Amino acid sequence: MAVTGRSGSGKSTLFNILGLIDRPTEGMYRLDGIDTTTMTDSQRTGLRASRIGLVFQAFHLLAFRTAEDNVMLGLLYQGVPTAQRRAAAREALDQVGLGHRRDSSAATLSGGERQRVAIARALVSKPSLLLCDEPTGNLDSTTAGQILDIIDDLHRQGLTIVMITHDPTVAARAQRTIRISDGFVEVGTSSRGSA
Amino acid sequence: MNALSSLGSVARLLRQRLERREGKQRVRADNTVVVPTSRLRLVDLVTEAVAGILQRTGRTALTIVGIVLGVAAFVAVLGVTATATGQISRRFTELYATEVTVTDVTLTDTYATATAFPADADQRVMVINGVRHAGVYWTIPAEQIGSVTGVPLPGVAANTTIPVIAASAGLFDAVRGHLAAGRIFDAALDQRGERVAVLGGAIAHHLGITSPDGLPAIFVGGVPFTVIGIVDTVQRRPELLAAVWIPRHTAEVLWPGPPEPGQPPQMVIDTNLGAAAVVARQVALALRPDAPNSFNAAAPPDPQTLRDQVSTDLSGLFLVLAGVCLVIGAVGIANTTLVAVLERVPEIGLRRALGAQRRHIAGQFLLESTTLGAVGGLNGAGIGVATIVAVAFVREWTPVMTPWTVLCAPAVGAITGLLAGIYPSLRAARIEPVDALRQ
Repeated sequence: MAVTGRSGSGKSTLFNILGLIDRPTEGMYRLDGIDTTTMTDSQRTGLRASRIGLVFQAFHLLAFRTAEDNVMLGLLYQGVPTAQRRAAAREALDQVGLGHRRDSSAATLSGGERQRVAIARALVSKPSLLLCDEPTGNLDSTTAGQILDIIDDLHRQGLTIVMITHDPTVAARAQRTIRISDGFVEVGTSSRGSA
Repeated sequence: MNALSSLGSVARLLRQRLERREGKQRVRADNTVVVPTSRLRLVDLVTEAVAGILQRTGRTALTIVGIVLGVAAFVAVLGVTATATGQISRRFTELYATEVTVTDVTLTDTYATATAFPADADQRVMVINGVRHAGVYWTIPAEQIGSVTGVPLPGVAANTTIPVIAASAGLFDAVRGHLAAGRIFDAALDQRGERVAVLGGAIAHHLGITSPDGLPAIFVGGVPFTVIGIVDTVQRRPELLAAVWIPRHTAEVLWPGPPEPGQPPQMVIDTNLGAAAVVARQVALALRPDAPNSFNAAAPPDPQTLRDQVSTDLSGLFLVLAGVCLVIGAVGIANTTLVAVLERVPEIGLRRALGAQRRHIAGQFLLESTTLGAVGGLNGAGIGVATIVAVAFVREWTPVMTPWTVLCAPAVGAITGLLAGIYPSLRAARIEPVDALRQ
């Protein structure tokens, strides 16, 4: 599912609420059947760690660590032993086609490679929901295409994906598009099958 | 429809898919869902903190400098003080710890003799355990004697300013004297009242006597005395070098009057190390069992007390300086940790987004600053010890340091780092992920 809208329309607010980074001023948000609006900060953090994978426009990698270290961070706060985290990180890197660069420092990776590491980091905790905020916003169109191919691929494997974007060509690849304007959901369209 | 209130419908759509993924969801008997809490294993916390420190080695090194200097100053001050006081107390021990002074406190005119010290005073004191040498002396007043002259020469006036002391045979050893030439009068010469004299080096030169060879004579109050020896040094009572020594019995026969006012007869006792205090308690009774109150025996201050006093005076001052160094180091660490927190806001936001609790963030920064402090303390201890050894080497001292000073140094550094890290860590923990991840 893609969420589109012009800048300032409330896309990022929706991203923050869906990602349990922020809480709504009114209304209710249930994730996996769990009401999140009445949770404490600590509970929402726990839920976020286990159920949601976040991908940001700015990647947010730790520049001084290797790709594998960065992916392993995704499981750090779930008390998983190091060996298991390393194995899971390698699997996730293979999944995004970056297995060969796992020992490279994040600072030496290209933009596309960084975003793939970020996706691997989001995937490594086996989330229920992959939430992407402008994942291709900082990339050229060729690289963006590769990233979207990976996301499409993950979707085909059964992962629920919500992608925030202002780029209509990116939104067009989604099964379902929601358009937000001035804080209101304006249009809900479906393409390529049902949501 | 408001975007926020539309969340319900969005979430419902999602849920249809999500509920198919049942793997993780656990439902309790009362049908409420158990939310997994995120946790961080201790080993992972340590790994992350160490990685945080190592990712910027240059800045880490600069951060540590403050603590290194503070702890180094701390260790060096304590060690150099201990080393210096060690030297001071060694000197005190050599000169003073083995000396007991017994003063005659009687009014001398109540006795027939010039002093309350009995004729065999040296022997009486020598039987006390721990006494090595003992000797009595007093100054004979110039008005009793008159003048002291060497070989009379025409036109040379008699010298009246030369002090003459009456000494027992043991005095020379008790003041640790050294002869330039000749011999000292022994107990036999003393007992017989022989008219012999020993000259202090300065006086011998003054009287024109360079050597006791050929037994030259001097005249003390017109009485001829044979010079049998010249003393060139004494370790105690340096004023004796500027005097003519004559046997006490000779003096008591020739000039039986009271000694010089204000300079009561004294006995100097040279004791074994550590025996001075005990000897001082016994000596008055040994000298005059009939009138022990005639004497006042003074033992030197206990060397341990003396050293403690000195070290307290010195180290108190320098410890304040070292403490100031540590505070400066702590402020340095606090400052750089705070800068690091502000610089790593996106990282903190990311960690929070990946499931880090506030306490995980606080713990990581606290551990980083504590580790920096401990590493700084360790380096500081090394530099401090090197400083102590260098100072001791240059001054040709024996380096002295207490083990706990060196062993505690890393702990002092760690505690400083811990305290310095508290505020930056709390700042880091308060950072909201939504603000941190915003561009």
